[in-house]
Amino acid sequence: MTRQYRLFTLEEAVNFALLALLIFVILPAMLDPFRLNLFGKYLTYAFVAVGLVLCWGAGGILSLGQGVFFGLGGYCMAMFLKLEASTPEATAIQSTPGIPDFMDWNRVTELPWWWEPFQSLPFTLVAIVAVPSAFAFVIGLAMFTRRVGGVYFAIITQAIAAILTILIIGQQGYTGGVNGMTDLRTLAGWDIRPDSAKLVLYFVNGALLFLCLLAGQWVRKGKVGRLLVAMRDQEDRVRFSGYNVANFKIFVFCLGAAFAAIGGAMFTLQVGFMSPTLIGIVPSIMMVIMCAVGGRHSLLGAVYGALIVNGAQTFFSEQMPELWLFAMGALFISVVMFFPTGLAGLYEDHIRPRLPGLRPRRPGRAEPIATAAAE
Amino acid sequence: MFDGYTMGELGAIFAMQGFAGLILFSVYVLMALGLAIIFGQMGVINMAHGEFMILGAYVTYLCSLFFATFLPELFGVYFFVAIVLAFMASGSLGMAVEWGIIRHLYRRPLDTLLATWGLSLILQQVYRSVFGAREVGVRIPEWMRGSLQVTDLVEVPFNGLLLMTLTLCIAAGVYLMLYRSAWGQQVRAVMQNRVMADAVGINTGRTDRLTFGIGCGIAGIAGSAFTMVGSTGPTAGQLYIVDTFLVVVFGGAASLFGTIASAFSISQVQSVLEFFLSGSMAKVLTLLTVIIILMLRPQGLFTLKVRK
Repeated sequence: MTRQYRLFTLEEAVNFALLALLIFVILPAMLDPFRLNLFGKYLTYAFVAVGLVLCWGAGGILSLGQGVFFGLGGYCMAMFLKLEASTPEATAIQSTPGIPDFMDWNRVTELPWWWEPFQSLPFTLVAIVAVPSAFAFVIGLAMFTRRVGGVYFAIITQAIAAILTILIIGQQGYTGGVNGMTDLRTLAGWDIRPDSAKLVLYFVNGALLFLCLLAGQWVRKGKVGRLLVAMRDQEDRVRFSGYNVANFKIFVFCLGAAFAAIGGAMFTLQVGFMSPTLIGIVPSIMMVIMCAVGGRHSLLGAVYGALIVNGAQTFFSEQMPELWLFAMGALFISVVMFFPTGLAGLYEDHIRPRLPGLRPRRPGRAEPIATAAAE
Repeated sequence: MFDGYTMGELGAIFAMQGFAGLILFSVYVLMALGLAIIFGQMGVINMAHGEFMILGAYVTYLCSLFFATFLPELFGVYFFVAIVLAFMASGSLGMAVEWGIIRHLYRRPLDTLLATWGLSLILQQVYRSVFGAREVGVRIPEWMRGSLQVTDLVEVPFNGLLLMTLTLCIAAGVYLMLYRSAWGQQVRAVMQNRVMADAVGINTGRTDRLTFGIGCGIAGIAGSAFTMVGSTGPTAGQLYIVDTFLVVVFGGAASLFGTIASAFSISQVQSVLEFFLSGSMAKVLTLLTVIIILMLRPQGLFTLKVRK
């Protein structure tokens, strides 16, 4: 089929513009540099959530290991920054100057070979996307060609998240262990720590997020997106129609991983460190929750979901630390039970019909997925 | 990695680590049995399973305090009372959760994962508010503390033996209930074909609730047993949940025998590797092996042949 699909309806274009207004104008105008940096951090999770909308909402593949890709991207960035911060002059007091401080503390005397390439910025930038995507490709190839899906895929990806965390914590001398990589200073000579740099990074982050959103929109509106939805709902029929289901799943899984990795790298830049506590099982599930709260079928919803869940987390843990786990728990349960389509679903059902000039959408909108149960 | 050990020493190491692995095996089996019922039979992903286990552990802790304060002469047997109470506490909470949350989500298995994750956050905070953030340990009765000297290199602690006996009894009990009782027949019928089971007059709602309750109750017993080998904290359950899910998936989700076999192999490999490598690398290697095998054989070690 060579039919062309329109990338945006007018309504979607307006919604994209509203989000752009919020991120690029309203938030920077309203917030002080500290809070803006905090929102920049929240938005790095939006990359992951957007990737999950594609994998989970459109493709029906629930990955509980997105933290792995977020972390791999973040660690690639952190390795470059750490090497740049560990010049022989800056680390002259170490017994082996010129290597990162945690290596010296763990009696590692020379830079491991796999650290060497991260002295180059172009290599690092490529690696940030390529390493997690390649990893996702291997996982996807092994799983999807053998038709592992649904619940089993979720559990295996979760185990992978557990393994990576244990590995990073265990190999302290090469990875910085449980403290992660801290004390990151400059990016190619440019100091990332002052407020002015954080402001620039915030806008870079926002721009990259919109690039990912556009890519996501393009995938969803195109042939791949339609096939993904078809696969999610009736996988066998798509297979019988002659499509190689596994390839499409691998593609969207890799895309989700690449988005998560970009988010991770931006996290490292904006927050100034990377640690295994940010990428394990718990953070990975939180990323899924952000996507669920925002609406698993909506790219923009995922961004709002990331902002709201993270904002709520910060608010509750600052204001009433004992209550925040209760509040989060209740939020997850109620979203799953009463609003399975998340905020975006509330908009579709309650706000959209009241907007002038918008007819209700055709009936037969995709119901929340029931992949494994239908097997 | 075997350099510098004589054959005799290696044998003793394998025996000792193998036995330590059996204790880990007991905890895995008890956790995994409950999960195998809930996940394998019902298809519900219960991420709060670890918290049900910890509830059992806290009940055991309370029980030991109660006996130490009011019935010191009976302290030697408190553990058996605690097991029963732990089963009842976790079981009733499980039934309440099934009624309140799970029964609305049977058609959306991935969503049960998110909802029970929320539940586990709430339970963790409840434990933290009630029992404090610090880990608590129980006092083990005198008669369980000794150990049996098998050879001069190998000795076997009593509490480990007790734990294993308990595990075997419960595994046998679960087998009998699932495969030799009317209730078990109903459970299996409902899980294989809910509509058909309903049509032949099985009360599917009640069966579901009971099944979920019993699965959680067994987790409670696991928690009780857990207090014999480790201390209990609000987040201790989370440490075991991933391992347990892997045990169940590795064994083949619907197969009870597979669950036990996979718990055995995983715990043994991990325990023996732990002696030669660092604890974290042993864990990484074990989990990696499991995942690679699962990639080659996605259905797990043993599968139930069911016509779909």
